[in-house]
Amino acid sequence: MLEKILQGDRRYWMWVAFLLAVIGVGFACYVYQCFTGLGITGMNRDVSWGLYIAQFTLLVGIAASGLMVVIPKLLHHYKKFIDLVMFGEFMAISAVIMCLLFVIVDVGQPMRLFNMVLHPTPHSMLFYDMIVLNGYLLINIIVGYNTMLADWKGVPPPRWIIPVAYLGVPWAVAIHTVTAFLYCGLPGRHLWLSALMAPRFLAGAFCSGPALLLLILFIVERVTGYRPADEDAYQTLAKIILYAAVINMFFTFCEFFTAFYSNIPAEKHGLLYMFFGLEGYHRLVPFMRTSILAGFLGIFILLVPPFRRNRVLLGIACFAIFLWMWLEKGFGLVIGGFVPDPFGKITQYSPTLPECGIAIGIWAIGALILTFLFKMAIYAKRDGQRM
Amino acid sequence: MGVSRREFLKLAGLTAALGLGTGTAFELLAPGQVEAGEYLRSENALRGKRWAMAFDVKKCLANGEDCRICIDACINEHNIPQYDNPLHEIKWIWKDLYKYAFEDTENPYVSDDYKDKPFILLCNHCDEPPCVRVCPTQATFRRPDGIVMQDMHRCIGCRFCMAACPYGSRNFNWLDPRPHIVHYNPKYPTRRRGVVEKCIFCNERIDVGKKPVCVDACPVGAIIFGDLHDPNSELRQVLRKRFSIRRKLELGTKPSMFYLI
Repeated sequence: MLEKILQGDRRYWMWVAFLLAVIGVGFACYVYQCFTGLGITGMNRDVSWGLYIAQFTLLVGIAASGLMVVIPKLLHHYKKFIDLVMFGEFMAISAVIMCLLFVIVDVGQPMRLFNMVLHPTPHSMLFYDMIVLNGYLLINIIVGYNTMLADWKGVPPPRWIIPVAYLGVPWAVAIHTVTAFLYCGLPGRHLWLSALMAPRFLAGAFCSGPALLLLILFIVERVTGYRPADEDAYQTLAKIILYAAVINMFFTFCEFFTAFYSNIPAEKHGLLYMFFGLEGYHRLVPFMRTSILAGFLGIFILLVPPFRRNRVLLGIACFAIFLWMWLEKGFGLVIGGFVPDPFGKITQYSPTLPECGIAIGIWAIGALILTFLFKMAIYAKRDGQRM
Repeated sequence: MGVSRREFLKLAGLTAALGLGTGTAFELLAPGQVEAGEYLRSENALRGKRWAMAFDVKKCLANGEDCRICIDACINEHNIPQYDNPLHEIKWIWKDLYKYAFEDTENPYVSDDYKDKPFILLCNHCDEPPCVRVCPTQATFRRPDGIVMQDMHRCIGCRFCMAACPYGSRNFNWLDPRPHIVHYNPKYPTRRRGVVEKCIFCNERIDVGKKPVCVDACPVGAIIFGDLHDPNSELRQVLRKRFSIRRKLELGTKPSMFYLI
């Protein structure tokens, strides 16, 4: 199967070359960071996590969201999702790999990462994150690759992968729950110190992930003419996105209510800084307001059936919902947690150019992996020996 | 142009010798592994069950708000790098105003004695340290005598501890710290970029029978060091007599830095 990634037309190779060029630039930035230190990023003494860890958080959600195509098929035997599942799993694979890369570029001593294995520490949530993320990657590789091989050979997938696929269901919930627990168990970081973090992360994942998957499938259809599911299946997925988005918006509202009705300053500060500005500092405000508006726009389009059935509007809704979560989970929520700092002072954060270069490079690696996986999958589906 | 059999054998022999040699060198330099804390402590080591400190704020302020003798002593003792950019600062012990040190007890009508006056800040060496809880490699750990230690050789630089510390006491080496050391002290190790560091309560001095360097440096004796578990210690005596406050008690970290008011 792997040889299929080496066969493609001019357009395919141009796309691969483009991605490799972006990866090259990102890698150059990373070499610069390796030799100079993380001081080349915008992170600092007060905002000690930035774009990298925020993007990591977003991508854990994207990875977990494969669940939204797996559950209807696996637990409800919704036949129309049969061919979607593999694409969901492949998107999860590339997302988990990007997660791991974002962690690697974020740590100060990457060559010491295996200290986490040498000195396993069950009271650290990062220990569990390491286990669930790598386990999830393995599960998706096993299930996705075997399903694809079976497609190619025109036989049903081997029976032994069924329990592995079932294991993937709670596992997907686990990866995002543990990621939320990284944040919500820290004393003194009031924006994160909320029991809603894990449910909110999951709801955000289950709308933004399938939205990204639909967008990618629309592009795939334009480029290759292949579509893994019919319009009915896409509409079902759009409704799943809608439900998750509404629940996610509700959770955000709950956070606002608790903070502002209780009127406890520490509860309010993070939200104030993100959405309204705090003591004259409002660097995040335009991003967070765009984010929430995009969320409302996406929900509105998906709520109205004729709009939802319109391919262009559906695409816009998916983009809006992805943008909502990209800005919230992939940026604002992590930065906002560090404002104000433990002294009540405010340090503003902006990513630097090399920092963005590294982040874009990792996205390009993810896109390249996704391109290769989807190329094989489409080949297996289209040209495999169908029964 | 090939390699003759003779040359090949010579090269192979040299490579093997080098390989063996390196192995031997490693064995000589690091015979087996030594776990942290397994070294024999000095006979003179101070022994305590829970080291803690009290700051006599009145004495400290009376000596001048600009006094930084204890801070400079710590910087010189521990090779702490000095940066112009406050975003990259490494601080083990430093000063900040009352309203920042005790930001949770915000009170616009606080007495003039303390309003906008600097307080000494450092790692609180908590009984329930969140940094130790979150560290994925046990690079930061709590010693039985209450010192929250930092192993700069094990730290992977994930900065989870910085997010977890509610006192802003942890520092990351964003750049190579060595060029930024002003007075190099060969007796204390320097650090490299990409690791976290903080006040380690001068464990290197306590273990040879000395008090922390800031305590010894203070010209007015405003820093009182001692064992909280010993009811007769100087620290416990002063805590019985004077009213003291601690930072962010509501978080349950049980800090061991007391401020005498």
